[in-house]
Amino acid sequence: MTNRARIVRGTIGVAGVVAVAELVSRAGFADTSLPPASSVLLRAAEFFGDTEFLTAVGSTLEAWILGLLLATVVAVAVGIALSTTPWLNRATRVLVEFMRPIPSVALIPLAIVSFSSITESKVSLVFYSACWPILINTLYALRDVDPLAKETLRSFGFGKAAILLRVSVPSAAPFVATGVRISAAVGLVVVVSFELVAGNGEGIGGYLLQTQSGGGRPDLMLAGAIWAGMLGALINVGLVALERRTFRWHAVRTEASA
Amino acid sequence: MTVITGDHPAERPTGPTGVPGLRILTGGVTRLWLVALLVGCWEIIARIKQDAYFPPPSTIVRVFHELWFSGPATHLFLTDKALDDFQPSFVNLSCGWALAAVVGLALGVLLGRSRVAREILDPVLQFGRAIPPPTLIPFFIVVFDFGAQMQISTIAFGVIWPVLLNTADGVRTVEKLQLETAEVFGITGATRLLRITLPAAAPKIFAGLRVSLGFALVLMVISELIGSTTGIGAHLISSQQGMELPEMWAGIVLLGILGCLFNAVFALVERRFLSWHSNAHGLDS
Repeated sequence: MTNRARIVRGTIGVAGVVAVAELVSRAGFADTSLPPASSVLLRAAEFFGDTEFLTAVGSTLEAWILGLLLATVVAVAVGIALSTTPWLNRATRVLVEFMRPIPSVALIPLAIVSFSSITESKVSLVFYSACWPILINTLYALRDVDPLAKETLRSFGFGKAAILLRVSVPSAAPFVATGVRISAAVGLVVVVSFELVAGNGEGIGGYLLQTQSGGGRPDLMLAGAIWAGMLGALINVGLVALERRTFRWHAVRTEASA
Repeated sequence: MTVITGDHPAERPTGPTGVPGLRILTGGVTRLWLVALLVGCWEIIARIKQDAYFPPPSTIVRVFHELWFSGPATHLFLTDKALDDFQPSFVNLSCGWALAAVVGLALGVLLGRSRVAREILDPVLQFGRAIPPPTLIPFFIVVFDFGAQMQISTIAFGVIWPVLLNTADGVRTVEKLQLETAEVFGITGATRLLRITLPAAAPKIFAGLRVSLGFALVLMVISELIGSTTGIGAHLISSQQGMELPEMWAGIVLLGILGCLFNAVFALVERRFLSWHSNAHGLDS
């Protein structure tokens, strides 16, 4: 019952916002460049049949997925390696604290000049920016592994590798997954930014730039932004669902202890 | 760096005890050798290979100094170019962030107080948060034209979400007992909001503000890369287009330092404002 009430209220909210946006643009309070909400939604729906736009979306998603996968593999591996070698961990901490705050978009010009292919630049940039949240979450999660569980296995004669595989990695995994979800959002922002700056018509960003030329088509621009928002939301929902499924045991455990 | 190292007192290397100077020295060495090694390798390889894209760090530091910090002492050693580059960037960044903070805080309090409002607006907010802010830059350019207004809008739209959602969450989870106690003492309305609700929600609000400050820097750079001729981002893109690679690298270093600086300053402010809070919690446990 409460669930239904929530859905009803949410729908009212969405409808209300669309209606207000429609009214504002029709009444002409605001700038004339604000297109009516109905035409923006119509354009967004038309994109489903627009091969040019769908190709652009595909190109954005391709770079994003590749970069994110690479970053996950590398960052988790590096995180595990660092947390098992304290002397290296101490030395890399300074490096990480210096590198992480560099806004990854500041590297867009560098990525443009140092790679020959656009896809390569995009993937490397996503890789770089997606690495940090995953690496940091991996390091924190491995540091917070229950020492009692590790000691227990050790006293039963398990080796270091077995403890890592059976205790540390499983108990760190949910927090690492949260890092991946953060990185996914960051990665999408970085890909689109790169496409907007590189300006060679590739990806969603390239498509948006094209709509700017020739007077500008605000309805297409907003429809593109809605698509990007949908992608971002879908990705987030998908990853949350995946986390819930994979770490059901974890949720059960934390709920039981809470 | 003291801010960062100070966070982990338990992990300080246990070097030779009794000689503090020596201990600091060995501690410094165990922390810094890797950075020194990497910078050294970069310097040597860059000098040997003479690759135009990867100038040696010494060149980058020299250009960095010449570009922005070789001015007269009366200007705090800032050059004219530094004033030209930094000023628009900082103005846009602080305006956008402040706007997002004020609006996000106000809306967040409203949403935190009312469950109905929260449920009505939840899908809209989740969706708004999911839109990558750079995708709106072309639209903002059409609406506001190139310039400060477009950049401030981009920053404000992009960074409002962490403040808004964290404030709503913080206000929502204020302990009922605290609110009821306040009511017993006749504290209601604005006083209750200022004295009880906001302080109780402060840690979450600060966390939101901190995330959004980092993101504001990112959006400042993007908006300058795409739609501006002034600012640090514009310096980056124009030096890339002019193939002045050391100048471009200097810009990257500058933004990295700014990122570190923002982080450190905000951590200090947060510690000052929230010290009572962590103390209060320390007594509980």
